[in-house]
Amino acid sequence: MDGGYSRINEETHPQLLDLIPNERNWFVTRDGDHNIEGSKSHHGNGDEKKLELRLGPPGVEDWSVSDAQRSYKSPQKAAQKRYQIFKDLYFAVHACKQKQISCVSHMFSHFCTNLDSIYLFFIFFLYVSVSCFGETHQLLGAPAPVVGWPPIRSFRKNIASSSSKQAPVSDSQNGVVSNNIVEKGKLVENCQKGFFVKINMNGVPIGRKVDLNAYDTYEKLSVAVDQLFRGLLAAQNDTSGCGNNGNYQDEKPITGLLDGNGEYTLVYEDNEGDRMLVGDVPWHMFVSSVKRLRVIKTSEISNISRKDEKIKV
Amino acid sequence: MAYSFPEEVLEHVFSFLASQKDRNAVSLVCKTWYEMERWCRKRIFVGNCYAVNPRIMIRRFPEVKSVELKGKPHFADFNLVPEGWGGCVYPWIVEIARGYPWLEEIRLKRMVVTDESLELISKSFKNFKVLILSSCEGFSTDGLAAIAANCRNLRVLDLRECEVEELSGHWLSHFPDSFTSLESLNMACLSYEVSFSALERLVSRSSNLKTLRLNRNVPIEKLSILLQRAPQLVDFGTGAYSSEIRSDTYSSLAEAFSGCKKLKSLSGFWDVVPAYLPAVYSVCSQLTSLNLSYATTQSPDLSKILGQCHNLQRLVVLDYIEDTGLDTVAMSCKDLRELVVFPSDPFVADANVLLTEQGLVSVSEGCSKLQSVLYFCRQMSNSALISISKNRPNLTCFRCCILEPRAPDYLTFEPLDIGFGSIVENCKQLTRLSMSGLLTDRVFEYIGTHAKKLDMLSIAFAGDSDLGLHHVLSGCESLRKLEIRDCPFGDKALLANTSKLETMRSLWMSSCSVSFGACKLLGQKMPRLNVEVIDERENLDSIPEDAHVEKVYIYRTVSGQRPDMPDFVRTMGKDKDEVYNLS
Repeated sequence: MDGGYSRINEETHPQLLDLIPNERNWFVTRDGDHNIEGSKSHHGNGDEKKLELRLGPPGVEDWSVSDAQRSYKSPQKAAQKRYQIFKDLYFAVHACKQKQISCVSHMFSHFCTNLDSIYLFFIFFLYVSVSCFGETHQLLGAPAPVVGWPPIRSFRKNIASSSSKQAPVSDSQNGVVSNNIVEKGKLVENCQKGFFVKINMNGVPIGRKVDLNAYDTYEKLSVAVDQLFRGLLAAQNDTSGCGNNGNYQDEKPITGLLDGNGEYTLVYEDNEGDRMLVGDVPWHMFVSSVKRLRVIKTSEISNISRKDEKIKV
Repeated sequence: MAYSFPEEVLEHVFSFLASQKDRNAVSLVCKTWYEMERWCRKRIFVGNCYAVNPRIMIRRFPEVKSVELKGKPHFADFNLVPEGWGGCVYPWIVEIARGYPWLEEIRLKRMVVTDESLELISKSFKNFKVLILSSCEGFSTDGLAAIAANCRNLRVLDLRECEVEELSGHWLSHFPDSFTSLESLNMACLSYEVSFSALERLVSRSSNLKTLRLNRNVPIEKLSILLQRAPQLVDFGTGAYSSEIRSDTYSSLAEAFSGCKKLKSLSGFWDVVPAYLPAVYSVCSQLTSLNLSYATTQSPDLSKILGQCHNLQRLVVLDYIEDTGLDTVAMSCKDLRELVVFPSDPFVADANVLLTEQGLVSVSEGCSKLQSVLYFCRQMSNSALISISKNRPNLTCFRCCILEPRAPDYLTFEPLDIGFGSIVENCKQLTRLSMSGLLTDRVFEYIGTHAKKLDMLSIAFAGDSDLGLHHVLSGCESLRKLEIRDCPFGDKALLANTSKLETMRSLWMSSCSVSFGACKLLGQKMPRLNVEVIDERENLDSIPEDAHVEKVYIYRTVSGQRPDMPDFVRTMGKDKDEVYNLS
């Protein structure tokens, strides 16, 4: 299910994050000459050009060096911090595109802690507004915390944080939990609460997320994917543009995702960047190597490799 | 003919009328019946303590044994009513102490109860039996000590979600050793440790004890002792349900639970350690009510318990239950009548908890007796709401709160008008509705058209214009309580429906577009309405008439303006002298 905004491992977005190599050469020098070569040199295509990162408003060449120096302890830390901000903002863009307004406001409050990042956010905000223009006016209505909302009594507000940390469930026989053993390498949080991977469907602009910990077989995953995208696909195909008016009987179930018989097939990208058909390897092996999922038209399958002949797509 | 019936016969017939509504109807038949009925009415419920004053009540009903009062408006629960607004019970206690010396029961909700009031209660009523305080505040453990010390025949002391100033834990020790009549004790909202030995002795000598809800401070190791002393318990609330896992603690707890053959209701479970949960398995199949809303444990543990609760009627749980847990509920709890799901982390955009609208749809499919829902979630769709309404046309209470204000249907990005419209159209017995998400005037048109039995409606961040409010006020025939916040509703709808307001208990509007001028006009036009503007800004007198009020609370009353208004509350449109008409 769509889990909204959450931090995903870097490898899921190889294209964008290549812009900022891990060996950064961003410096904050004394004479205010900010070297942001690392990012600029990679700004190739049109979209990324808009994301030109500068530490100052356009037309002002050097901007608050002292501010930057004050807020950062060291060049490495500064660069790390900017990298982090960049990554955060990337997710913010995605969040905006998925209409997750509240996480935009969450991001915004996070950024307002220093001037430098406010400006970076401003650039992104423009980018987001341009790319999302017309989709919804709510985009700019990110709400501040509201008095008395949500409507719950005060003593219920801090339950998650005030309770003591629970011991991880060690003796559960439930299939949901057993998958955690495979996920040892991931964050502890993911172990407890879910292993979300992005899933996109060709023809549907809105991506979703699935929690693979919630399933223990391919059949269940297939059912979940059908449920996730059935409505979206129907909405997408509704060319009259005025919605279904609540009549969702028109949706076709998405079947045959695993056996190649349906209109669509489920594929995945593994930890080596290869595209594979879902269903070939044992479930737990799949979960340990999957990085993202995709639902593509069965007719496009010839590009995809099977387990024994990996070809980079 | 009614006149030829001897009074004793009529009185006997009336004694079978329990509901206040029926008794009110009976008293309007003729003067004889009015007289008869007023002399034999034993219970009084006053939904708004400012709608009537205690002298009127005592004069009309001289033989009352049980009084129930409600004070602040519902939105006070969410901090929308400023401190000091009112709702103090003391003036009522003073009058009742004089008028009903044989009073046995007092039930108060959202009222300010001082230690003085509690002391007066404890000393004024010789046969006092039941004290239930719900969401009350203003008292300390000293007041509780007075109740414990002086009420020799007390049966019920129930503190539900109260805010108590805790000065010490000794209040419990004030129950004398000769005191054995206790049937129900709920101290779950307190946090101070009470003397365990005093508690144990109290439980041991109260052979009629049916309800015992402990506070968080009673450790899990001590639970088995209490359960062994009171195996007849019907309703039990644990304290903190955590400790290092020790097999002797576990086994004595499991044994103690299995000895409680009459146990029907469980709650508590603060700080729960999942390994201790199986101790309750032996009673699961007996349970009709289970409150796990403090149990921060994951879905698999919850599912294991719920899978055994085949007789469950009421479930309160956190969103940790997730859709999978609710699937279990749908399969196993076929007798479920009421479902409440609270959010574990309401202020985070994404709490990584897999609870969606699907969970509620599953329960609506699987539980055919489901009548009442309170559901907090992060996404909702029209299709889900429509499914729910078609699955469960017998719903009487539907409260759905999407955490993000004005969130649209997450699948289609449309407003949720048709979804909620479907709820009111299909659920013809619906008496209570709370809505959220993106809603236009259209949903109010549906409500006005279909929601004929709706008694209470809560609206937030919804609507486009006065038309929305007008639909509700003109269409909902049974509406008695309406509370609105942050909606673009203003003067036109209010002033067009003034007579409707007199048929309602109250109307609350905050952060809407109601002007001072309209409030004044309304107050002037309708002498039996109090139009109370709550506005904490300074220089209220110099604010122009067309400015919007912060909050307005409109309620019908037969006793005029209340005398206890703080400076940020004004009753509009009335003479200053027309205060608290006692005649």
